[in-house]
Amino acid sequence: MKILGFIIQKEFIQIIRNRALLPMMTLLPIIQLIILSNAASNEVKNVNLVIVEKDYSESSRLLIRKINANDRISIVKTTFNSKDAFDHLQANKADIVLEIPSDFEKDYRRGEQPKLQMLVNAINGQQSTVGSGYLKNIISSFNLELIEEVAPLTSGSQLTISSRNWYNPEINYPHFMAPGILAELTALLTIVLSAMNVVREREIGTIEQINVTPIKKWQFIVGKLVPFLCIGMVLLTVGLIASKLIFDIPIRGNIGLIFFYAIFNLIAVLGLGLLISNFADTQQQAIFVAFFFVIIFVLMCGLFTPIDSMPKWAQKLTIPNPLAHFISVSRKVLMKGSGFWDIRWEFIYTIILAVVFNTLAIWSYRKRI
Amino acid sequence: MSAISVHNVSKSYGEILALNNLSFSIEDGELFGLIGPDGAGKSTLFRILTTLLIADKGEAYVAGHHVVDDYKSIRQKVGYMPGRFSLYQDLSVEENLSFFATIFRTTIEENYHLVKDIYVQLEPFKTRPAGKLSGGMKQKLALCCALIHKPEVLFLDEPTTGVDAVSRVEFWDMLKSLKEKGIAILVSTPYMDEASLCDRIALIQDGNILKIDKPQHMIRDFDKPLFAVTTSETYKVLKFLRNAQFTASALPFGSSIHLTTSFPVKPSEIKHYVERTGIPVDDVSPVEATIEDVFLELSNKKTI
Repeated sequence: MKILGFIIQKEFIQIIRNRALLPMMTLLPIIQLIILSNAASNEVKNVNLVIVEKDYSESSRLLIRKINANDRISIVKTTFNSKDAFDHLQANKADIVLEIPSDFEKDYRRGEQPKLQMLVNAINGQQSTVGSGYLKNIISSFNLELIEEVAPLTSGSQLTISSRNWYNPEINYPHFMAPGILAELTALLTIVLSAMNVVREREIGTIEQINVTPIKKWQFIVGKLVPFLCIGMVLLTVGLIASKLIFDIPIRGNIGLIFFYAIFNLIAVLGLGLLISNFADTQQQAIFVAFFFVIIFVLMCGLFTPIDSMPKWAQKLTIPNPLAHFISVSRKVLMKGSGFWDIRWEFIYTIILAVVFNTLAIWSYRKRI
Repeated sequence: MSAISVHNVSKSYGEILALNNLSFSIEDGELFGLIGPDGAGKSTLFRILTTLLIADKGEAYVAGHHVVDDYKSIRQKVGYMPGRFSLYQDLSVEENLSFFATIFRTTIEENYHLVKDIYVQLEPFKTRPAGKLSGGMKQKLALCCALIHKPEVLFLDEPTTGVDAVSRVEFWDMLKSLKEKGIAILVSTPYMDEASLCDRIALIQDGNILKIDKPQHMIRDFDKPLFAVTTSETYKVLKFLRNAQFTASALPFGSSIHLTTSFPVKPSEIKHYVERTGIPVDDVSPVEATIEDVFLELSNKKTI
């Protein structure tokens, strides 16, 4: 035990002596947290619209006025020339082209069904889906008003749907992103730091001296793990405080539960980092392999793409991804106020991962060359 | 019981044979030198004996323990100073020493008597990070760290490489006093002049041991007449001498040429003989053989 204590003490001294490392570990993640939580948003705030107006009737003007009233849609241009509108689409100046055919009003009054055409620039999937959604909403409400005007008697039996967003009523993106990004940053920083660590001893040559001592494998690995676990917890604390102060994120559940879960998660992630470190000969190799995992973990953790919308095989792949569980836990606990029982599966998976990664790390650490 | 005994040890790295069937033994309290150029296999042998590497063939015992079957016992009992500085550069002198003391379950105080002579020189810098010490100081600290757990056998892989002349002399003085405390020391060096400071030496080249003996005996057994030839035209003279009928060997030696002859010749005759061709010769004089001469002689014999 005393030996382990000394190894941990040594690691702490080395971390504190490394002047570049401390600000890197505290300041950089907070900057990332602030930038990413604000910028990495799926919200579509501005849709550029070009209207091809061929009718010039009262109804068409009414529709255009209604569209104009929506602050998320800006009408870039109104023209009567289809080709001109299409050029805008081609030049990426318009997201959507709405064509109002001639005789729009006349057909409508006659009780026929006039057709509005919507051309959507689908290069940016998000922008096009959400934007056309906005537009369809406006058009259907316009349609309702028009029906009432044209045939007021039939309007009594309209079906209306009202929806409400639970847990994040205003769909406040920072509220949604910040807990996820916080989990991501904590895990990423620790995986990179730990992956670099053992290999650094190999590069400098200190490992050769250590290997000819009676230090046991598990003492060496645990001695590496504990200091980084502490750093990860500090980072999580600082990040949570920053998110609360800056974004006023909701903390509905038991904050202690997050910290308790984070211990297991960080142990799992650190185990993977040390495992990488054992197999790499240079820090360069270690960082490349670590990045390989980091990128997969980040893109498949549910932060940017919902796990539910991934193909089945990819959904399965998120099970060995510690980051996915961490993000799920932090969102559930912070936003939904979930208790231990609600996140039991995350706990179980994470503990399995922690055991597997660390066993492999101890097993693969060779005291021989 | 021998401190180290090696029986028919071989080790290859792929195609390259690093150690070829080595056998030797080192007694308790003996200062044994492994002398050979870079790439001779010295470090490989050290790694096998310090249980970091497994030999392909042969057996080796350190402090009575088998290097493979009983490696854990060996790690308790040996001190190892790798060829490359292997202490924590960002830890201070004192922190390094107490770290290595602790992982061997001992304290600096307990074995202070062993390192005292060396540590007093380091004491003024004890709060300085190890990476900021001079080359000689680094080696002294490394020696302290290798000694702090009172090892029975000490392995020093090229401890004086890259160290200034004064520090080298000091370092060897320390080894002598450690030897008197009964610690067996295996030291390797590429410097032939350090060989005479060892009790016994093994000359090693390309994974083969050329000769094992006391350095004094090696010099005594060097029976051919030896001359130092100094000239400004080293290359020309060397070429010319190699074809002379009295020459046994002519090899460049520092700034001069060391010439051995197969029968007694007077130095003035040699000078005369060369000068007749018009190449200037400054001096020819008989000299005492050194370990380097022995080594060159043996390695020369091998290549021929």
